[in-house]
Amino acid sequence: MSIIQPIAGQIEPHPDVALVEKVRGGDVSAYDTLVRKYERQVFRIAQHITQNREDAEDVMQDAFLKAYEKIDQFQGNSKFYTWLVRIAVNESLMRLRKRRTGKMVSIDEDIVTDEGSVPRDLADWAPDPEQNYGQSELAEILRKTIQGLPQGFRIVFVLRDVEGLSTEETAETLGLSIPAVKSRLLRARLQLRERLSRYFRRKQGLKDAAPKEIGLGEARTEK
Amino acid sequence: MTCKEFLALLDDLIDDTVAPETRAELQAHLGRCGHCEVIFNTTRKTIEIYRSHEVYELPTGLRDRLHAAIMARCKKGC
Repeated sequence: MSIIQPIAGQIEPHPDVALVEKVRGGDVSAYDTLVRKYERQVFRIAQHITQNREDAEDVMQDAFLKAYEKIDQFQGNSKFYTWLVRIAVNESLMRLRKRRTGKMVSIDEDIVTDEGSVPRDLADWAPDPEQNYGQSELAEILRKTIQGLPQGFRIVFVLRDVEGLSTEETAETLGLSIPAVKSRLLRARLQLRERLSRYFRRKQGLKDAAPKEIGLGEARTEK
Repeated sequence: MTCKEFLALLDDLIDDTVAPETRAELQAHLGRCGHCEVIFNTTRKTIEIYRSHEVYELPTGLRDRLHAAIMARCKKGC
């Protein structure tokens, strides 16, 4: 049997496209397949934004129901997953707003701080440092650490690094410019690294890594 | 290359979005600067850990509740 090569410039349709078409045709089981495929991601995003389990559960349900109701509005010029993520992010922010009795909630809040963006802890980590902790202890460390990030950094890190959206998709989902996403991502990664260093640094030979700063705004040359 | 310049391109190196000549410069810097090497390795590890560990488990029963809600909506609307 010969292999049919895609014609140059023609993009292979994403497997979700066929499922979405089935849902539009009234096939609920096709929607179940989409739900099972993305339920973990939607729940994680909702939990990272609302930081509240009850809210995250409600958001997950509302987001999937809304996507189901509005499936005819899905244009197909973005992936179904990124469209769904956008709905989940909006639902999460709305939920936060409700909790704060109508106060505006923006992904821009809390991002003035530069704490942790300047690498200070330059000690190397133990090899496979996560092996030094039990599964639930590690999950607690990771939760606590990421919860401490400013919201505007946390969402960018979660969408881009945990959920695998591209820089462009993250920018579109959050209504940010691409440079803004890049800048936040770098700071989020550095802050998380800094905070995790407290748990993961090599236990011996710390003396050779005296605190020292390499700032984003500081020039230093080395021989 | 300075450490400041290296840090500004750290994400591009991690995400593999640098031009080959810039990559060579970054690699050369890494070979000379132990601190930047630590920052590079531990930042990459940070991302990897968050990617590979479930920070929030899906609560049991949530999937069934969602399924029931979708079916109920479907009976009304489709």
